[in-house]
Amino acid sequence: MSALLEVEDLTITFRTAQGPVDVVDRLSFTLERGASLGIVGESGSGKSMTSLAVMGLLPPTASLTGRVSLDGAELTALPESKVRRLRGDRMAMIFQDPLSSLNPYYTVGMQIEEAYRAHRPGVTRRQARKVAVESMERVHIADAARRVDHYPHQFSGGMRQRVMIAMALSTEPDLLIADEPTTALDVTVQAQILDLLQEVRRETGTALILISHDLAVVSEIAEDVVVMRHGVAVEQAPAERLFSDPRHPYTRALLDAVPRIDDEIGELRGIDSLDSAAGVGGKA
Amino acid sequence: MVRFLVTRLAGMVGVLFLVVLFTYAIFFALSPDPAVQICGKNCTPELIDQIRTNLGLDRPFYEQFLGFLSGLFVGTTYGTGANAIDCAAPCLGYSFQTGQPVLEMFEQRFGVSATLAVGAAVLWLLMGVAGGMLAAIKKGTWFDRAATGAALGGVSIPNYVLALVLQYVLVVKLGWLPFPQAVPFGADPGQWFLNFVMPWLVLAFTYASMYQRLTRANVLDTLDENFVRTARAKGLAPRLVWRRHALRPALTPVVTLFGMDFAGLLGGAIIIETVFGLNGVGKMASDSITKNDQPVIMGVTLVAAFLVIVGNVIVDIVYTTIDPRVRIGARA
Amino acid sequence: MTISMTTLEAETGGAPSVGVAPPAPRQGVWHHLLRSRGAVLALSYIALVALLAVAAPLVVKLSGWGPYDFDQAAIDPNLGGLPVGPLGGISAEHWFGVEPGTGRDLFARIVYGARTSMLIALAATTLTTLLGVLFGLLAGYHGGKVDQVVSRVMDFLMAFPALIFMIAILSALPASNRAPLLVLVISVFGWPYLARVVRGQTMTLTQREFVEAARASGASGWRIVFLEILPNLRSTIIVMTTLAVPGYIGTEAGLSFLGVGVVPPTPSWGQMIAQSMGWYAVDPMYFLIPGTFLFLLVLSFTVLGDRLKDVVDAGERR
Repeated sequence: MSALLEVEDLTITFRTAQGPVDVVDRLSFTLERGASLGIVGESGSGKSMTSLAVMGLLPPTASLTGRVSLDGAELTALPESKVRRLRGDRMAMIFQDPLSSLNPYYTVGMQIEEAYRAHRPGVTRRQARKVAVESMERVHIADAARRVDHYPHQFSGGMRQRVMIAMALSTEPDLLIADEPTTALDVTVQAQILDLLQEVRRETGTALILISHDLAVVSEIAEDVVVMRHGVAVEQAPAERLFSDPRHPYTRALLDAVPRIDDEIGELRGIDSLDSAAGVGGKA
Repeated sequence: MVRFLVTRLAGMVGVLFLVVLFTYAIFFALSPDPAVQICGKNCTPELIDQIRTNLGLDRPFYEQFLGFLSGLFVGTTYGTGANAIDCAAPCLGYSFQTGQPVLEMFEQRFGVSATLAVGAAVLWLLMGVAGGMLAAIKKGTWFDRAATGAALGGVSIPNYVLALVLQYVLVVKLGWLPFPQAVPFGADPGQWFLNFVMPWLVLAFTYASMYQRLTRANVLDTLDENFVRTARAKGLAPRLVWRRHALRPALTPVVTLFGMDFAGLLGGAIIIETVFGLNGVGKMASDSITKNDQPVIMGVTLVAAFLVIVGNVIVDIVYTTIDPRVRIGARA
Repeated sequence: MTISMTTLEAETGGAPSVGVAPPAPRQGVWHHLLRSRGAVLALSYIALVALLAVAAPLVVKLSGWGPYDFDQAAIDPNLGGLPVGPLGGISAEHWFGVEPGTGRDLFARIVYGARTSMLIALAATTLTTLLGVLFGLLAGYHGGKVDQVVSRVMDFLMAFPALIFMIAILSALPASNRAPLLVLVISVFGWPYLARVVRGQTMTLTQREFVEAARASGASGWRIVFLEILPNLRSTIIVMTTLAVPGYIGTEAGLSFLGVGVVPPTPSWGQMIAQSMGWYAVDPMYFLIPGTFLFLLVLSFTVLGDRLKDVVDAGERR
């Protein structure tokens, strides 16, 4: 049986006024069923674009070459309507900022049901609602039966991210991509969300791609790590090896930025998370 | 929710009171002496004094203002004896030039203004909102460019210029339409339509252009929102992404604007009614300006303010049903 | 109302989300602006009108007729005072023809009308911007009671049916010296739209590190507001102001059209169009000429504002 996700020679090119720019350059990796992969890099390293490429959500100004195959199906060759059916069903994604990622006009229950019903034609609203409540319970949202009718603004930041995870899990996908899932959250909540992702993976057997600028976050969960810089994978290795024996100078630099890997996640990230929170607040 | 409504309504009453006070104070301070106007020719200083006393114009400002306020609620009587003029509640004032209570004049002309407003609103919503949505969907195509260009022209051309151009071409040169007159619908629906179609178009064009620009920009902004990306990441059909996730947030500000614009128009489209000579509330206002008939100008100002403020409150209430963030406070 | 203040709001509704980013360098903005054909055309037309306005007495000397000179020879008394010759009497003598009935030179009246329009629009823009920035900064920086008072006043003014009220006030005021009154009335109802945005951005900026730093180093409130916060609002203010100018021009013309604006014999484009209404069927040039000038001026400012907003927005995204 082939691996769950195979990315081979993925190159993403943006058309800009200054000519084409490669934001990802010949990236390759594979992910087995139920495995976990971390992609680390600074902003602009191409890590987010990689995940959008897998999901088939690249902006129209981008084009890609190379292969992306999910469970043997070559996504880059499929028509959009086929990819759409996989998206949200076999592969799901959660984003950095859970507030702006949820539509303020609809209850969280409706938004979860919508994700489920998009891929389960013929399912009644009642059944979908039951799935929504169960998904919310699975991510430990207390009083899910009541909270399902609340709106996103009635939840705290961490709870919103739980809602996003519940939404992604409602269809029991084979692959979950989490793009900076904790960056916009308070430091205390970050660890909880990481624990939750870990737990979800153990219990549902979904494979996980965790994308972060923060090696400490990735080290919590990922079995394998890809370090990206300027669109190129500078180092790819099992997490243990990467931490004990970093070969690329850039990886070493990243590692040096993390004081202790074990407990005090996020102490040094204070300013970063503040910044992104402010940026989000400004837009909303 | 109830508290929200109460606050809003209380706020509305407060603003209305301030509007009445402001308007009254300004006219009190600035308007020419109505006694002189009423007196007309063959006037003597004694006669003027007598009229002043009769109408209470010699009393201090606050007494006159209270008199006006009470007139709004219980009606009032101008003068005494045989020449007394009754003005029933809500008394908006009395035009000594036309010899009519302002409210009566208003009621006679409201139909024309309402017809104009409703017809134009239908047109501009169709052209503006639908046009804006289509332009956003087809961004960059010839349709987008044409619609956006037309809207740019539309917000830039003063509607009285457009009115004169259309009237010159369609009525004078081509003879396709009659000179607009306020033909009642009941009298002759066909003529009614032919007479109103040009004023509708002119009035609607300006608004349609504004709405097109607003709608297009809002839809494009909304499509950039993260929750639209989430909707796509769920694998929703594009139709659903559009309808549920892009249009609803994008059109909410349009609703706000529409409520205020429409309410404002009910209070008379001064320029259009003047240009086309349609005898609505707006024409009445501009005629009163020419004739310096202050009670009428003040009355129209108050009614227009009232309509806009009520329109605002209605919009706010509608908003609560559209936007849950207003309806339900943060964090339950 | 046809030129309600909500027009302004609609135009600025997608207000530039500036202020959080550092201001785009001036040169960059100009550079990008000049690359847009629309912006260049708009700027050229605005420059032309401004030049006509400033040099009006000189220009009129060149064309030969002043704005108040009656040329009886140019109109035909047998036709009720219609201009002699086709197209409203356009000739080498009268470049844009003459006013029917009086024989005044239309070119001269357009040139002097440009003076009125530009002067009033400029003055209203300046005053509105001053008020808007001042009150916006005040409310945004101080917050609390000050903010509440300013915000209430803004709500009140924005809920007001501005056009009809302007008409009412102006009609009640004495007709002499209408220009300053117009400016005052337009500004009183215009400033909240800018102030609201400035207030919001000031509130955000007040929380930022560099403001905190300035405060910690003992800078006074005024110093922080004018040296730290205001420069960051520059692009917002420029864009919003440019987008508001066409509204003021249109409002002035509209009020003059209704007879409560600039008083004859001083020419203004709106007032010329109002006077042309009695003649439009027989002498269409009489309304077409001022109408076109007015349309193009409003269009130019709108295009310029649109482009400016695009450039500034793109500058932030970079």
